[in-house]
Amino acid sequence: MATLFEGFTLCGLVQTSSASDSAIQGIELDGDSDHAVVTDSTRAVTLYKVSDQKPLGSWTVKQGQLLTCPAVFNFQTKEYVVVSDNKVIRVWKEEDLNLDKAFKATVSADVWRVHSAPGGELVVLFQRGAVRLLDSLLSAPQQPIEGILSEKEVIRWSTNIVAEKQHFVLFTTEQRGEHFLYVQRLNPNTLQKYRLEREDSGASPLSFSASLRDKHINLLYLYPNGCVYQSVVAVRGPVGLEGVQALPRSLRLRLPVGEGELGAASAVALDEAHVAVVGMPHPSARTGKDFLCIWNTNFQTLQAEILRIVWCYLGKLFVPHGKALSVIPYECQKSSLASALGKLRHPGIAVSKSSVAIPSWNTLLHGDQPQGPTKIVDTRKSVLTVVHLQPLQTGPVEEVRREVEALVSRGDAQDLQLSVGRLACQLVARSQVETAFYAPGALARLVQTQCLCHSMCPDLLLLALEHKDYFLCQLCLQLFPDIPEVVTCACLKTFIGNEVLQTPYSDNLLVPHLKDLNAPQVILFLQYLQFIYLKYSQDVYTQTPVLRSPTMTQIIDWVCLLLDAHFTVLVMAPDAKGLLSNLQSFVKSQVKLFSELGKIEGSLQELHKMKPSKDISQYSIEVIELF
Amino acid sequence: MGEFKVHRVRFFDYMPTAIRAMAFNAHTERLALARMDGSVEIFNFTDHYFQEKVIPGKDSRSIESLCWVGGRLFSAGLNGEIAEYDLENLRPKYSLEAYGGPIWTIISNTQGTQLAIGCEDGTVKLFEVLEEHIQFERNLDRQKGRIISLSWHPSGTHIAAGMMDMIRVFDVPTGHAVQRLLVDRGFGGSKSRETVVWSVAFLSDHTVVSGDSAGKVQVWDGHTGTLVKTHLVTKWDVLALSVSKDESSVVAGTSEGTVIQFQFIAPTLHQQQDKEWVRTRTFKNHTHDVRALAEIETAIVSGGMDTHLVVRPLLEKFDEKSHASGLRKIHFPHVIANNINLSCAKKAGLLLFQFPGQLELWRLGDSDEHGKPGDRLPLKRKPEKLLLLKRKGEDHICCSALSSCGGWLAYSTVSSVRIYRLQTDNNNISITKVSKLPKALHSAHQLCFSSDSSKMFAASSQSSVLVIALTQSECKYVHTLKPKSGSRQPIHLMTTSGDGKWLAAANSDCEIHVYNLQKLKLHCIVPVYGSCPSAMGIHPTTNNMTVVHADQQLFEYSIVEKQYTDWSRKLQKQGLHNVWLDRDTPVTHVTFNSKNPNQVVLHDMHMFCIIDQMFIHPCPCHNGLIGFSGLFYNQMTLRSLSEQERPSHLHAFKICKTFQVSLLFLASLLDDQSLVVVERPLLAITSQLPAPVRQKKFAT
Repeated sequence: MATLFEGFTLCGLVQTSSASDSAIQGIELDGDSDHAVVTDSTRAVTLYKVSDQKPLGSWTVKQGQLLTCPAVFNFQTKEYVVVSDNKVIRVWKEEDLNLDKAFKATVSADVWRVHSAPGGELVVLFQRGAVRLLDSLLSAPQQPIEGILSEKEVIRWSTNIVAEKQHFVLFTTEQRGEHFLYVQRLNPNTLQKYRLEREDSGASPLSFSASLRDKHINLLYLYPNGCVYQSVVAVRGPVGLEGVQALPRSLRLRLPVGEGELGAASAVALDEAHVAVVGMPHPSARTGKDFLCIWNTNFQTLQAEILRIVWCYLGKLFVPHGKALSVIPYECQKSSLASALGKLRHPGIAVSKSSVAIPSWNTLLHGDQPQGPTKIVDTRKSVLTVVHLQPLQTGPVEEVRREVEALVSRGDAQDLQLSVGRLACQLVARSQVETAFYAPGALARLVQTQCLCHSMCPDLLLLALEHKDYFLCQLCLQLFPDIPEVVTCACLKTFIGNEVLQTPYSDNLLVPHLKDLNAPQVILFLQYLQFIYLKYSQDVYTQTPVLRSPTMTQIIDWVCLLLDAHFTVLVMAPDAKGLLSNLQSFVKSQVKLFSELGKIEGSLQELHKMKPSKDISQYSIEVIELF
Repeated sequence: MGEFKVHRVRFFDYMPTAIRAMAFNAHTERLALARMDGSVEIFNFTDHYFQEKVIPGKDSRSIESLCWVGGRLFSAGLNGEIAEYDLENLRPKYSLEAYGGPIWTIISNTQGTQLAIGCEDGTVKLFEVLEEHIQFERNLDRQKGRIISLSWHPSGTHIAAGMMDMIRVFDVPTGHAVQRLLVDRGFGGSKSRETVVWSVAFLSDHTVVSGDSAGKVQVWDGHTGTLVKTHLVTKWDVLALSVSKDESSVVAGTSEGTVIQFQFIAPTLHQQQDKEWVRTRTFKNHTHDVRALAEIETAIVSGGMDTHLVVRPLLEKFDEKSHASGLRKIHFPHVIANNINLSCAKKAGLLLFQFPGQLELWRLGDSDEHGKPGDRLPLKRKPEKLLLLKRKGEDHICCSALSSCGGWLAYSTVSSVRIYRLQTDNNNISITKVSKLPKALHSAHQLCFSSDSSKMFAASSQSSVLVIALTQSECKYVHTLKPKSGSRQPIHLMTTSGDGKWLAAANSDCEIHVYNLQKLKLHCIVPVYGSCPSAMGIHPTTNNMTVVHADQQLFEYSIVEKQYTDWSRKLQKQGLHNVWLDRDTPVTHVTFNSKNPNQVVLHDMHMFCIIDQMFIHPCPCHNGLIGFSGLFYNQMTLRSLSEQERPSHLHAFKICKTFQVSLLFLASLLDDQSLVVVERPLLAITSQLPAPVRQKKFAT
């Protein structure tokens, strides 16, 4: 789960003349993880202590001069480097007060960027594509600089990456609507040029971001239509291949764009699974584009949101927006479907979950545009097993049951899943049309194959509810992993069972639907929950895990949810009084228990710590290594 | 540098005994310290608190009090005897029955002409100090009840005596008691118990300060016999008092383990004339009774039941942070390293442990396995106690030795030397005492065997060394090696070379004599360095001698060329690193790696160090030079670095503190590139002590 923590303002910004331009040229890291070197768009470089929001030093060039590249920190010599007026390289230390008195060198060609990375030397990238190590450049500043790029080819974006003792400079260029990626390896120097695939609309990428993962450079880029693509370049790439290679890409994320296209937006990869995006409209369709969203690319879920972004270092996002530069710490945990979707089916319940075939997420990604995490559409267009559809369409209930039985016992697993889904849909559709037709036996048999899920045939459960077929309802609740909260609540309204409590749900989505229950229903449900809770707590030690019985945690969770949704109503209802006071005294005793436990927590933790201390015996032979 | 197998030995259950008394000689800056087992240790405070001498204990001797008269040391104890010590031969010179029952205390007057003792029978006895002896002079008026503590007025005319429930002041010329100061009893249940005045101090202005068993420190006017001030400092006993030389400060040690300082100062800034004794500071460096205290020029020295000697510097006496301004805790006698001998004959390591009352011979365990660093290897054979040898007689063992072949074992007390022949085949061990010993061999300060086990060397009086030839049948006196310097000090270190040609002996005068054993004469004297050698060893192949001194300086001396080696000169020129010099325990053992002649293995109480002469010396002057970072990293830091970073931080001093939770006694290389480390965790010692009277509990 990705979490954005509360952000804070690092410094104010001077508004620039054009609104689209940022007042910040660049933010770079210092030797200290808590420092940030901020270069504004005109003349000043400021060093901040991020946690204190305090400037530690500031350096400006004379009026008339202009900083043309963000200042960077040289991790080896502990110096700062900046370029002014495209050609003048300035080097200074933190204790230097005046930038004009600092070391200066004028080079013979325009500099695009100076790049720095911990563990690597400083690299200068010229506007015409040449790359030099800063040290060797400064030893002979006026050395001739070759031009790599062709006429009218301009650098759009650049970065550098240090990997496995290898140093890379990556930059993208644009030439007549075509986009290229250059990968320059240093020591030995090799240059590889890739052509990016053209987007159908002919649009240019809005932003790039590169990261290193598993010996591969991952390039992430965002197009105005909301597509986030990823391309992978091997660190040990095809050396010696001449010419321009085509760079294959894969779609990581399709962001909801709303009407029109994006003007300015930016995407940064946070880790394998998370991408932070700014400049996008929020999917909840509120107006305005000032949102920072973290998307989980594995499950295409929105994880957290606020405002705009540009730089990302060491768990912090630096976002200039409006008149301030904000710092937003974030955290990305290992993603799982559970954290992306909500509470899972309780692991203690031995439902043969593995056999429940859910259409693969991958087929989704490459299929139609996903509608949302909980709605699953089987889009596979493969050839189905030939099913004798005729009796199903017209035959009586008994004949349908026999046909289904025969089909289920005949089919092999792979095809079964597809045909069962299809069959169920047809039967449900027929029932909806012919009010007299309802085939509970056949449907139950289909559900029992465990090849069906709610998303495959969304109307099945509702149909069963309509016909008050509680057996089928229970069966569905037991076996479907993906029942939407609204349907769960609909079931609740008609009957209360073990099964409802065990369906997976997500708190936020369930509460609004719970509100649809009326007061007597809620009271009845609470009484039922209290009854099973008491029943359990009496024999909590002797209880053996029974199939289809909810756990204590599930009961408590449901009580909490119900109270959340209906507290005001319940307080007013006279017949809920006794129930509420019972629950209150129960909570009181729990709070007391936990406060007592809290008191001895420290001591218990100490016990925990003591454990790993090695058992010191009277004698041992150990191996040590000296350096 | 490589991997080593380490035998971690934690079954050496040596237990230091409690500190009972101490006396500081301000003139020579030596501290004499008596332990409960009757042993006396001398620390040289001018030489990094180096423990230069130990007088072994004796079963019947108990020491209650120590006293310096000039350079002479006297003790008195509950056995009723006064003893003077021979500090050159490390034994009592004589002892004298005082005929007053158990003696609680002994003091001398400032002139050094008289001694006074306080006896159980209520008498204060005066002794005249003569050139070579002391002689009973007279008794002061006999009192009812024992005399627990005494203090002599600096003028020599009066003596204050702490007794039960009272303090008496005696007029020395007449012998009459002139004042009687009654000391209150404690409150509540302790009201019925007599108050013991454990300690008194008589100041020049006739102020008497007393500390008693009711937890009070009281200030009295000695002229009038009136109580001036009472400080209740503890619920338990105030056991010891000590006055600073200028009489501006008094420290009191309590049963709680605290040391409380009182200073003679004006309580307000305006009335600088009206000074009084004010309680100022509390130091808590002990867990148990503080039985012995000494306030010296710049520090408070304390010791007691918890066996540690603590030197707590008074920081206001220092202008800047220095070596002397750090707190020192001396947990073990430094010479304890001499109590362990290792022999690695026939691939089986034998360890000899020396205790005051017995010797233990152990065989190390064995493992065939190999492992990667950090692994604990499965044992093929467990360690085994082969032999327990109890000493004969009352005197405690002062030194012992095991030959490198494992065939000979010897120990000495102040009165006799015993040599044993050991035979081990597989699981059987037999021990035979060598019956006839040469007459000259009656006691030894140090013992050692030659590497081929054909000779034994015994350090005798006046820094001389007896050479004894050993054969299967007999044991024969060969020669006495005598130093040219004529030093009378005892030898505290002795080592032989691997080829049997050289013997080096160091004495407390800081001299190191090297003898040629083939010609049986003095070969050379290593240039005398101002600090006492704390450990030395002769390299088995190069015959270079490595000497480490109490001030942590390190020298390598070529015996053959009679000069310091180039490496040693370079080291001295560049200077040792501060991290090395600032360590607070001396190096106690030097040994070598027979596989790699460039490596010297050293250890102190907290770490061991392999010095590899092929690596760069970690000196600040080498910063950034030839790829060296100039930082003095220890092994743990080096291990945490990445492999790319590490080479630039490697240096000659490979300091390993892996065993830092424990104390370390010995590191030695067996034949197969393995080290033996004997650890004695402090926790194991603390756990054997009785429960303290008061333990600090959280938020109390």
